[in-house]
Amino acid sequence: MKSWKKVFAVIATFVFTLAFAAGCGSDAQTDKVKTSASSSASAIEQIKQRGKLRVAVFSDKPPFGYVDQNGKNQGYDVYFAHRLAKDLLGDENAVEFVLTEAAARIEVLEADKVDITLANFTVTPERKEKVDFAAPYMKVALGVVSPTGEPVTDVSQLKGKKLIVNKGTTAETYFAKNYPDIELLKYDQNTEAFQALKDGRGAALAHDNTLVFAWARENPGFTVGITKLGDLDTIAPAVKKGNTELLNWVNDEVTKLGAENFFHKDFETTLLPAYGDSVKPDDVVVEGGKL
Amino acid sequence: MSDWGINVIFQGQNFLRLLEGLGVSMRIAVVSVLISSVCGIFLGLLMTSRYVAVRSLCRSYLEAVRIVPLLVWLFVFYFELTKVLHLQLPAEFVADIVFSIWGTAEMGDLVRGAVTSLPAHQRESGLAVGLTRWQVYRYVILPQAVRRLLPSAINLVTRMIKTTSLVVLIGVVEVLKIGQQIIEVSILKVPTASFWVYAIIFFLYFIICWPISLWAKHLEKRWQ
Repeated sequence: MKSWKKVFAVIATFVFTLAFAAGCGSDAQTDKVKTSASSSASAIEQIKQRGKLRVAVFSDKPPFGYVDQNGKNQGYDVYFAHRLAKDLLGDENAVEFVLTEAAARIEVLEADKVDITLANFTVTPERKEKVDFAAPYMKVALGVVSPTGEPVTDVSQLKGKKLIVNKGTTAETYFAKNYPDIELLKYDQNTEAFQALKDGRGAALAHDNTLVFAWARENPGFTVGITKLGDLDTIAPAVKKGNTELLNWVNDEVTKLGAENFFHKDFETTLLPAYGDSVKPDDVVVEGGKL
Repeated sequence: MSDWGINVIFQGQNFLRLLEGLGVSMRIAVVSVLISSVCGIFLGLLMTSRYVAVRSLCRSYLEAVRIVPLLVWLFVFYFELTKVLHLQLPAEFVADIVFSIWGTAEMGDLVRGAVTSLPAHQRESGLAVGLTRWQVYRYVILPQAVRRLLPSAINLVTRMIKTTSLVVLIGVVEVLKIGQQIIEVSILKVPTASFWVYAIIFFLYFIICWPISLWAKHLEKRWQ
């Protein structure tokens, strides 16, 4: 009798647990249908009624989106967000920054937590299926930094030498695929990788060109010998999938701002202090959405 | 070098920001610990119920909370719930809910363990002297169970305090995230900043969790 009860208890537990898990699973399936249905035609009206433009930005990725020592949002993306708020609502401070993590950038749009994501969001085919990207406002490629004494200005110089990269970055995949004969030294953290270059463990280090520019500026004795390498990726504002009204507005805005060279001004204000004159604005900035 | 690193903490509002972040972590921890303590005791008692259905229902709640990572629960409540039901909950409120759900499950299991570890004759003697079932719980079972519960419950509380750092993934900025913001802003100029910022965060967590452990030790001694 008792063992029979035990068996029943185990089965019941199993069934209930499955039911719980299934409940979560079905959420994920139904949301696809609902997100496309709920995209309202009056997205811009809603923002105007609220009086605030909600923008997802990074809080720890200087110089693109970060929080300064006084707790204020700063950076290239933030500067752009203020301008969008000014043009839409007439007040550059009518913007609510929602701090986000890389992993949550799509979710915040899908769940209507923000109107626009401006978080150094690189355009990829996978992401395009989930959000709508507007015209780009920045571009990134790989850069290679090396000691000034032995500068690496061409990839052919790296043959038979060690190149430092970060695990899981575009630099790692690019070199593994295109230059299998270059030995890669891989690190998890940016700080470790740069320390390894300083210690002379590799001839050069490859990473996003924006990052190596910024680092080379703070570390005398190192120069960015190769400034553009690999596929050019673009960075663009993103809105919720199907929100065509807001998407069109952002696209018009990017074109309009291009006419007044807005992103060069943005570059001078936010990126120049970090990069110095080692970076040509045209290597990073995209005006009017045109590459 | 080292004195540059520590200066980062006192630049601008940085130290104040860290304290504010700690405030956010603590508020979530205190609310969810209070809720889980109360609900956990009830759940624990239900888990010792005579009825199989009640027990397995409680058990499946516990297992569901345990097998699904806390991070997924945060995402389900913050993002998925909005997508499906169009219910916009503030991020901090979601954090309170999810941590209470988790704390209740864990506390419930601890209470169940403590209650069932008591010898059966305690309950039987209580009933024999004419106490009602409720009175047996109130005067015999619970006072003894709470004493057995204390060390593991305190462990759970400090674990909950430290786990609050997950809430950053739904956009709640707490002490650890503010530390990372400070580090990232200064890392290029001051490579030792991370060491000092993490040292301060360690210290802040320590001055919160250590008194709790001390208090628990004090209670354990007094009750012996």
